[in-house]
Amino acid sequence: MLIFEHSRPGRRNYSQSPATPAGKSKIPQNLLRKSPVLLPEVSEMDTVRHYTRLSQKNFSIDTEFYPLGSCTMKYNPRACNSLAMLPQYLSRHPLAPEDTGQGFLACMYELQETLKAVTGMAGVSLTPMAGAQGELIGVMMIRAYHESRGDFARTEIIVPDAAHGTNPATAVMCGFKVVEIATDKEGNVDLDALKAAVGPQTAGLMLTNPSTLGVFEKNVAEMSRVVHQVGGLLYYDGANLNAVLGKVKPGDMGFDVIHINLHKTFSTPHGGGGPGSAPVGVAERLLPFMPVPIVAKEGDTYRWVTEKEKPQSIGRLSAHMGNAGVLLRAYIYIRLLGMHGMHRISEFATLNANYLMAELSKAGFEIAYPTRRASHEFIVTMKDIKDKTGVTAMNLAKRLLDKGYHAPTTYFPMLVPECLLIEPAETESKETLDAFVKSMKEILQEIELQPDMVKGAPHTMPVRKLDDVKAARELDLAWKPSA
Amino acid sequence: MPFIPHTQEDIAEMLASIGAKTIEELFDEIPKDLISGELTGVPPGLSEMEITRLMMERAGQDGLYQNFIGAGAYEHHIPAAVWQITTRGEFYSSYTPYQAEASQGTLQLLYEYQTMMASLTGMDVSNASMYDGATALAEAALMAVRSHKTSRRILIPQTVHPIYRQVVRAIVSNQKIEVVELPFCTDCGQILPESLANSVHEEFAALVIPQPNFFGVLEQVDALTDWAHSKNAFAIGVVNPTALALLTPPGEWGSKGADIAVGEGQPLGIPLSSGGPYFGFMACKNELVRQMPGRIIGRTTDLDNKEGFVLTLQAREQHIRRSKATSNICTNQGLMVTAATIYMSLVGPEGLRRIAAQSHANTLELVEQLEKINGVKRAFSGPIFHEAALTLPAPVAKVLSQLKQKGILGGLDLQAYYPELGNTLLACVTETKTAADLQNYAETLKQALS
Repeated sequence: MLIFEHSRPGRRNYSQSPATPAGKSKIPQNLLRKSPVLLPEVSEMDTVRHYTRLSQKNFSIDTEFYPLGSCTMKYNPRACNSLAMLPQYLSRHPLAPEDTGQGFLACMYELQETLKAVTGMAGVSLTPMAGAQGELIGVMMIRAYHESRGDFARTEIIVPDAAHGTNPATAVMCGFKVVEIATDKEGNVDLDALKAAVGPQTAGLMLTNPSTLGVFEKNVAEMSRVVHQVGGLLYYDGANLNAVLGKVKPGDMGFDVIHINLHKTFSTPHGGGGPGSAPVGVAERLLPFMPVPIVAKEGDTYRWVTEKEKPQSIGRLSAHMGNAGVLLRAYIYIRLLGMHGMHRISEFATLNANYLMAELSKAGFEIAYPTRRASHEFIVTMKDIKDKTGVTAMNLAKRLLDKGYHAPTTYFPMLVPECLLIEPAETESKETLDAFVKSMKEILQEIELQPDMVKGAPHTMPVRKLDDVKAARELDLAWKPSA
Repeated sequence: MPFIPHTQEDIAEMLASIGAKTIEELFDEIPKDLISGELTGVPPGLSEMEITRLMMERAGQDGLYQNFIGAGAYEHHIPAAVWQITTRGEFYSSYTPYQAEASQGTLQLLYEYQTMMASLTGMDVSNASMYDGATALAEAALMAVRSHKTSRRILIPQTVHPIYRQVVRAIVSNQKIEVVELPFCTDCGQILPESLANSVHEEFAALVIPQPNFFGVLEQVDALTDWAHSKNAFAIGVVNPTALALLTPPGEWGSKGADIAVGEGQPLGIPLSSGGPYFGFMACKNELVRQMPGRIIGRTTDLDNKEGFVLTLQAREQHIRRSKATSNICTNQGLMVTAATIYMSLVGPEGLRRIAAQSHANTLELVEQLEKINGVKRAFSGPIFHEAALTLPAPVAKVLSQLKQKGILGGLDLQAYYPELGNTLLACVTETKTAADLQNYAETLKQALS
């Protein structure tokens, strides 16, 4: 039932708005609204019940194991939320004077400095509001760098075929042409293809390392040399930073620009699809182009650095300073972890992934890159199973929902057929992983004995398989009251 | 080990299963020279008790003020239930609803949100949100250019939020789109529709129309919308969602209505929190839905013909279309929209109208009191909603600093954004201020100026 269907004309929550209608108005008649606003008229209790019940129709980290590859679904510590929601932080206006926000700015400055230290970059800006915006800002800086040198011939961005869809989409949004390069059978970027693709037209290469295939790009140093040699820059998509945090710094791998998904590696909540936050880091030569604002420290005082001091900055990409509340949560998280907590994250994320890969392999699942170590994630391919039984990766994913597990990422990366990208994250215990393996084995048996039942999954969710085609053909994007 | 549950026994068993001796061995594919040693520049870890103390100390250092700054971010009462429900783990810690059957809560909520926003803006459809108001406007500009086909020029009046103009410029310039700024009438603080015919001669894809504008002044939206349409261009409304409870929605502007409506969603239950996370909203006419960026939720049915909700029109998006997507946008601001939807349900249509009307009345009251002070007068004659530009007889920065000593953040100094306006202050009052607060502000300002 929709909230609108609980609505009754004239029902109001008297505590939630001014008690008496305001008298004074000087809005000209011709600008006044004549049509009603379709908001529900429901009691506070009914609202609370409705949305509490809706929440219960969601899977979440707090309720289920969520091995969603490339998304790093780890526990979101509650302290990060409650401390970021102290009233002084919540009520601070973004344009309030700097001297009324020294406590907040101190947190932002220390976050910037810590991110610099763990990534090996020369500067960090906290403004990007999501991974895709971090990418946009990063690629804009690459463009600004080349243009500042009078080099307007660099029209191409190179992207491996295993990359996230945001990489090519971002390059196009920045006005670049995308050149896709292939992956070899070991899961590495094909070096010969890269060498053939680069030239004076190359603005840069966007790379995720470890890649979305769940393996470390062994030739990263050579790739860096190849791209830099022709004058291109290297962009690091930090989607999988969790796998190497505190172990390998993107700066040491030769990257010139990076973004860090705080909602992955630094455990800020995914919130059902945002808000994210993706600070960008740059090497020395890109410092002048960073987006503003940035926090500076002078003596014991913190202040914003604006475009006045950074005339070559690519400018502002958000109305204020990005997702401040998300940044606070990440700051609290890194203070809880401390210096030793950083490398423990990648160590235990890697341990969990390799253990799960070993156990699933023993259980009879085919691993896409069996000769490689898993990074913090790995790929199972269902191709053989599909050829034999007709059961697809998507069917298995849906059957997992019935068993109380969120599905792994399916059909991404696109180059592995019938793939499941599995990332357990470091916060899961061995018992949880073992129970997951047990359920996966059960599904293997079900595929053998009752393939149609598996194909019809899920069976225990609030709804069964939904009709996507109908949704797109008969667009119903807003409820309308029946006449 | 913070947030890592493994016992020594677990580690040993897991390594045995893998066939490795140490965890270190699992990193043996990484070239040795890339492995960094001990991290420097990262402080040691704190316990929850210690970080609580630190964060409370820093919060105390920042303090609490009577806030009269608006300029795109507005203080409103937020019902307690909004964030208590929003931060339930099932909303807070869930992922983007790709697995529809396991995400019906978020998906239904987003469908309800789309319904509310489409109605509030008077448009046919709304997406599931953008990053913030400024980026929503930039995406609307890109959308207009994609749909217009012949022009790559966008007209933005200087009465649009100055930072929004900067953000639009930064984003659209990547695609060789020209942004032309239009001057405003310095007496009334509005764009004069009759002046446009003389100042604009070339073809353009869209005209951006703010309502209310950055100065809090109400624009002549009907004439502006009709003018844009007469030039075969789109009309993009940038609106305050609270104000829409009182004002004609963009979908009803002029004879045909604006084509795209965007704005900052923060006033709908999102705390100010130093500028984010907020959310941008975007709604449009049916004809443009396939050019709209971002997530869109549709209602459909399952195998048993039962109602359900899914992400739809995904063929526009980056994870399917890659380099041919309408935008690189991947997420919406899901959790913020959760809060906004609960907020709009709790206040309802009459509550939102009263909040808007009270904010308007309080602003008129403050302006009336301040105009009694010698040398203080409204900078513009145009009608206002809940914000006013005031000319002071002294440098604004100095006055604001004195108000701050008394615990009042008196507004925004427009010097940095509109130096030509001289000593002009932009002050905002919402329903959160009482008569005593307004009187206190007026008296304090009077003292500061004496």
